This record gives sequence, structure tokens and C-alpha cells, in this order.
Amino acid sequence: MSDVNREQPGHFEFDEISEAEITKILVKYPPERKASGSLPLLYVAQKQMGRQTGSAWVPVVAMDRIAERLEIAPIRVYEVATFYFMFNTKPIGRYHLQACTTTSCWLRGSDDVVAACKKATGVKHFGETSADGLFTLSEVECLGACANAPILQVDDDYYEDLDGPRTEALIEALRRGEKPESGPTIDRLGSAPQGGRKVLLEAAHEDPASAQGERSC
Amino acid sequence: MVNVIVDGIPVDVPAGSSALQACEAAGKEIPRFCFHERLSVAGNCRMCLVQVVRAPKPVASCGFPVAEGMQILTDTEVVRKARRAVMEFLLINHPLDCPICDQGGECDLQDQAYGYGSGISRYHEEKRAVTDKNLGPLVKTVMTRCIQCTRCVRFCTEVAGTPELGAVSRGENMEITTYVEKALTSELSGNLIDICPVGALTSRPGAFQARPWEMKKTDAIDVVDALGTNIQIQARGGEVKRIVPRVNDDINEEWLSDKGRFSVDGLKRRRLDRPWVRVHGKLQPVSWQDAFVAIARRLDGVPGSRIGAIVGDLCEAESIMALRDLMLALGSPNLDCRQDGAQYDMSDRSRYVFASGIAGIDEADALLVIGADPRHDAPVLNARIRKRYLSAGRGGFPIGVIGNVGINPTWAYESLGDGPGALRDLTGGSHAFTEILKTAKKPMIIIGQEALAREDATEVFALCVQLAEAVGAVVEGWNGLNILHTAASRVAGLDLGFVPRPGGRSVRGMLSGGVDIMWLLGADEFPVHAIGPETFVIYQGHHGDAGAARADVILPGAAYTEKPGTWVNTEGRVQQSFQAVFPPGEAREDWRILRAISEVLGHTLPYDTLEDLRGHLRLGRDAVPVRAEGANTRGGLDTRPFVPLTQGYYLTNPISRASPTMIECARVHAPHTAIAAE
Repeated sequence: MSDVNREQPGHFEFDEISEAEITKILVKYPPERKASGSLPLLYVAQKQMGRQTGSAWVPVVAMDRIAERLEIAPIRVYEVATFYFMFNTKPIGRYHLQACTTTSCWLRGSDDVVAACKKATGVKHFGETSADGLFTLSEVECLGACANAPILQVDDDYYEDLDGPRTEALIEALRRGEKPESGPTIDRLGSAPQGGRKVLLEAAHEDPASAQGERSC
Repeated sequence: MVNVIVDGIPVDVPAGSSALQACEAAGKEIPRFCFHERLSVAGNCRMCLVQVVRAPKPVASCGFPVAEGMQILTDTEVVRKARRAVMEFLLINHPLDCPICDQGGECDLQDQAYGYGSGISRYHEEKRAVTDKNLGPLVKTVMTRCIQCTRCVRFCTEVAGTPELGAVSRGENMEITTYVEKALTSELSGNLIDICPVGALTSRPGAFQARPWEMKKTDAIDVVDALGTNIQIQARGGEVKRIVPRVNDDINEEWLSDKGRFSVDGLKRRRLDRPWVRVHGKLQPVSWQDAFVAIARRLDGVPGSRIGAIVGDLCEAESIMALRDLMLALGSPNLDCRQDGAQYDMSDRSRYVFASGIAGIDEADALLVIGADPRHDAPVLNARIRKRYLSAGRGGFPIGVIGNVGINPTWAYESLGDGPGALRDLTGGSHAFTEILKTAKKPMIIIGQEALAREDATEVFALCVQLAEAVGAVVEGWNGLNILHTAASRVAGLDLGFVPRPGGRSVRGMLSGGVDIMWLLGADEFPVHAIGPETFVIYQGHHGDAGAARADVILPGAAYTEKPGTWVNTEGRVQQSFQAVFPPGEAREDWRILRAISEVLGHTLPYDTLEDLRGHLRLGRDAVPVRAEGANTRGGLDTRPFVPLTQGYYLTNPISRASPTMIECARVHAPHTAIAAE
């Protein structure tokens, strides 16, 4: 139980941005069923913590505020928040590195990605935060982007088709405060073939403009 | 009704029943862990698997509704194999610590493992261990034993109305916890111990004390509130080890309040185990003979009008009647069983009992609570109100409250005011809630002691009657005008006419030198300090509490576990309990003490055996209540708000005040710690 009570702030109030979001969220539910707003409100709280403290997590006081707002027992919010992996119930680093190690990513080299993450951040095990407080490394199950395996999700963004060196470069860029563009890190558009279109080439001839556009990506 | 065939036996069950209920109707026992008939269906333990003909795979019978002509098979190889497989999974992470587990001997998992468990384990991987949780002074946890049936979560949420337990995380990491460390705030938390099918939740005060099969079990009636909860006293070697509820659907269903369950350690402490007489201002141990002589000497020549008697809250009907008969024989009109000074309308018996019956709550469709705090006055009754509130659905059971029901009564209510003024408005019809009561088919009014232990109780009650009649709460076939008592002895005392007789004094009148001799039968909850300094006080009871401290003669009596007794609960139901253990030392059953001293005083009571005495008891329907004299007639409604009569829930009687467990509970749940925790 001491885990829960460690590092907990004593106070949490929704800020203006959050309040605006909450208003938008709560109109979606009938008043007597607003308990359904638990999930979106937890996201709102987590994002606010990220904005305010640089660590996107949900402290117990925030869950209590949510319970108050939704008029449900606090334990119901605790249950939801601890059930879903997306909610951090402990403080995390500025960037949350979520490495997928499920079959597709693993076959395509997620071990290299994980090793690169560990090397670049100095983190030894999953769940740890780097000494500089910038990175927390987590192991996650399938992120549903197997066509672009292996994947590293950084906060809300997918970085795809990674290998060791590109992962390290990505982390270095993040460390410098840059925000590299999300998506494939190799020459492809989304899940399209690497190096451009491989089939339906006749169609490409008919519309050179779009084919050109694709190749340039 | 739906016709179902269970193992070839045709049974008729109500539509909407589950397959499990159909199997039970056919006399088939279905193993289960998560299913509990008084809780919602969770269907997560999978132990109750049965085969339904034409279903592709075994189904969990607890959550599977019956259909016409359904054929259920409960004892096929498929079913047996499925249950064995479920059991094997349950046992993977369950420790083999039965020899040191308090649940041993009454453990569902242990019992069912005899039928479905495998002798060997095929599991060689790492086992999971869960840290124990601190749920307060009453419930001890060994969470590695938990099989996650979630009965406790459902009990807290549904029955107790204090949703504090939950299942956090998921899969392998799922735990039953409060998440933030806190003591359970429910007054019904002891029932978690009973509903837990394994040894995850056990009694903290009773840990490692005794095994269930060593206990001598005696049926009895709980006395810490006026509900008359049916209990079973379990004793070993002359010592009460624990108290558990018995099922009685008309009263307590199968729950018991924490005070009734955990006060047991108070039965061993601060006991009066020999007679004492005050000599030169100091209590000296004496023999029974000497104590009787001391009383006889002091009583000699005192006129009956200068003798008074007060009956406490934990007295059984037998001793109340014996004391009444003795006092009347001595010529005393000064009798009172109303320590708190409450006044009742004694013109009709239905006017001082919970007239609709406790089960009447299930039928009521609107409720007005006046000057009562049901959650603390009678937690089990409050669970019934909550059950009704939940079953009626949103807005289906409107509840209005005049007075103070605490922070969380476990049901939603409309506060109508804090005193008689609001009641007057309601009676006058100038309040919307009057309309709600009027439109209800079976409106119910619960009047607590806060409303009756006042100077203007007569006026308050008259208003209640007026309101009840105006809204149709008292009609042919339904009497919803209910008194919620807090003292287990109160209705018996009223039935037996233990109230001031013509010219007699009430408790207040007896104080400050109103009488020369006071006989306290377990009476500790009135202002003992206000007894006149010259008054000679005889305390007959079982605990060294306020009354005994002031006494000039102490006659050691028996606690409720130590005597056979007749009790009348708040709804006027007469119940008998049996003797579980013997009183300590020289203490005796109370009616015997009174019978013995009556002989010394030359007014021998006309009964020698308990059977004789019970032949004289006129309780329940046979009761001939007498009108209490000396009721306040000063008139006029006092508009001051109703105030709680007791501070807190846990320390309200001599037994609980002597109980270290109850003292610890009172400390943990003291108001200031609650504020600090927030």
C-alpha cells in the first residue's frame, strides 16, 4: 500500500483547459449515467498533470476529484484507472516510451528497439524512469500497427519501422527537445510499400501527379 | 412458472430464475464461490458449471436464466471434469496454509476441494503473492488466499452501502483492496468475514483463537440494538469466542452488526463476579448473604414511595418482570425502563413498536425518518432500507428525513428540516413531501428515540400520528407508523408495564434525591452522577460501569450470553435465547437474584423456576401495557432541533464499553481522525 501513497500530491484541481474539455465530455452522457465519463476524465487529468508537471500521470487526489465530479465512489475510479495500462498511477518521465514486443514487432526486431531505448536512456528495466527524469520505458502488448513493426509509441505518437540506430536517434532528438515527425522512419507512406508503389502501376501512369507525390515522401 | 428438468427431475421455478436455483429446487447441490443469494450475480468463479442439453459447452448456472423445458445435467463426466479444471486453476495460487488459516473447518474452498480438488499440482511456475491490506480493527486480511470472487466488493457496494472495496488492476495483478489505506467505515463490516468463501477475510480480534469444530454453539438473540438479530453464540471452555448471525428473513436476513459481533471480548472484562457492599465510602467484597442483609437493613422502614427502580438497555424480560413484581410488592410506584427519558404513547401496543414489522420495509414505497439515525441505531435495519431503496430503482422509494442521519445514511434522501418545526409544516400539508407520502400506497414513518426523548415528546408523537393518519400510513392492513427503539429491553419493559405507576416518578424524578433507594438493573446510560448523594444505590448487573461505580451494594448478574432469556425486539416480536456459558464467579442469573432477595425482604415472588416465571410473562400480543404516569404535560412544541442521544456507534452499552475491540473502533472512527484523513 505504501506504493500508492508515495509521491502523491496533496492537492489537485482541474485547470481551465481541462474544465473546458470536461464540459464537452459530460454533455455526451445522460446525467444519471455520467459515471461513463470516468475514462475520458482520467485522460483529461493525466494530460493536465503532463502540462503542469511534465509527468503525465494520475494521482489519487485527481481520481478523487473525478469521483466527486461524476458522483461515484472513489474506488470505482481507482478500479478503472488501475485496470487500463494507459493510465499511469505513478509519476513517469517527460516522455513515455512504450515499446511493443508482441509477435510481429518481436519478429521484426523489437529486441533491438528495446536495447536501443535502454542504451540511449540509461534505463535498465521496463517500468523504470531514466536518471534525468526524461524517459520512462514500458513494455506494451500489440499496438495494432503490425504492418509497420517494430513500433515505439512515445506518449500519443507512433514511431514505426524502427531499428536500433534510428531509435537512438529518435531518443536523442527528444532529449534535445525536438519533436520528430511521427510515422514510418523509413521511406514509405503510412503502411504503403517501401520505396513507393509496387502494384497497380498502370493506374500510376494515368495519374502521374499523385504517383510523383507519393514517391517524394 | 417455468418447467425445467434437472437430472431427470422435473421442477417448476419462477420465470427469471437461474439454472442454479432450479438445481437447488431439485435438491441438487451446486458448488459455488462467487454466487451469494443476497448479492448480485457476478459469475466469475466458474465453479457452478452445469451441462445444459443442446448447449455447446458447460454453462455457469448462477447467471444462466432458465427457459421452458430446459434440461440441466449436474452430474455428468463433462461437469465433473469442468469443475475439477476450475478448481485446479483456483488452487494454483492458493496457499496450502489451511493448518494456520482461521477459515479452516468452515472454508468453502476446503470443502469443495474434497470433491473436486486434485491431489497433486501440475503447476511448476512462479506463484503469485499479494500484500495484505489493512482494513481496520475488525477484518484481518490474508490476500494471497483470495480467489477474487468479489463477494466482499459486492457486499460493501450493495448491502453495506459503503463502496470502499474494489478490484484494482487486472489479470494476474488483480487485487481486492481499498487502494488508499483506510479502515472500512461500515457498521456491517463483520459480515465480510462470513461471506468470504476462503480465509482471505477473517476476524482480526478472533484470529488464532479457536477452531469452528471446537465450539459449543448456542442460539441466542443479539442485544446491542433493539432489532433482536438472531445470533449463534460460539463458546469454547466456558468462554464466548465469537458470535455469528443466524438466518432470519423477517429480522436480520443473514447479517449482524459489528457491535453485536465484536463486543464479545467485552464479556470477559470489567465483570462483576462477586457481591460488593460500600462500607465507609469504600466498596468491600462480601458474600451474597451479607449483601442481602445490607439491602434488607437499609430497606427496613423505607416507604415504597421512596424506593425506585430503573431497568437498563440489556435486560431480558424475566428479570424485568421479577424486578417489577418485587417493586410493586414493596409498594413502589417508581418504575422506569426508559433510561433516556423517552415517552411513548402507551394507549395501544402498536404505538410503541415498529408496527409494520421490519419486513414491512420491503413493501413500503415512501419513507419519512423522524429523529432517527438508522445506520447507527440499527445497522442491519438500515441495510434493509438500503435494499428497498436499491430495488425500487431511481426515485422509486423517496425518503424524507427530519433530524440528522449522519454523513452517509447509505441511501439518498431529502432533508426536510432538523426539528419539530419541519414536522409541523409536513403535518400542515405545506410541504411537497406530504404529497409524496399521500400518493404512496404504503407510506412508512420511522420515529427514532431522538424525537421521543424530549420534553415535548407527547406533542411530537401526536403530530406524527396526525401526519400518519393524514397520509394513510395507518389504514386497514397497513400500519406504517413505526418506532425504532435502540434498547433491546425497551419493548419488553413497556409490555411488562415497567413505567411509573400512579404517583410514581420517572428516571428524572428519581434523580437528585427524588427517592431514597434506587435499584438499578443494568442501568448505566442515564445521568448517574445526578443521583442524590444520600440515595442508597443497589446496582444489579454484569459490568463495572457507571452504575456500579456509584453503587452502595453491587449484585453481580449475568450477561445476555450467560442466561436463558426472553427478548422483545423493536417490532414487538418475542424471541427466546439460550444460555451459552455460565456467569463468572459468584454472579447469578438476574431473576434468581431477585427471587432470592424477595424472600429476604419478606415479599417472596410467586415463582421458583424459570418455567413458573415464564408462565407469568405477558408479552407480545398478551401484553397489558399500563399508562405511564408523570408524562410531561407542560405543552407546547419545542422547535429546537433533534439531537443525537449517543456519541458515536461503538460504545453505547456496558459490554461494548468494556470491549477493547470496540474501543479501538471508536478511536479509529472518531470524527477528528476522519477529518484528518480527508
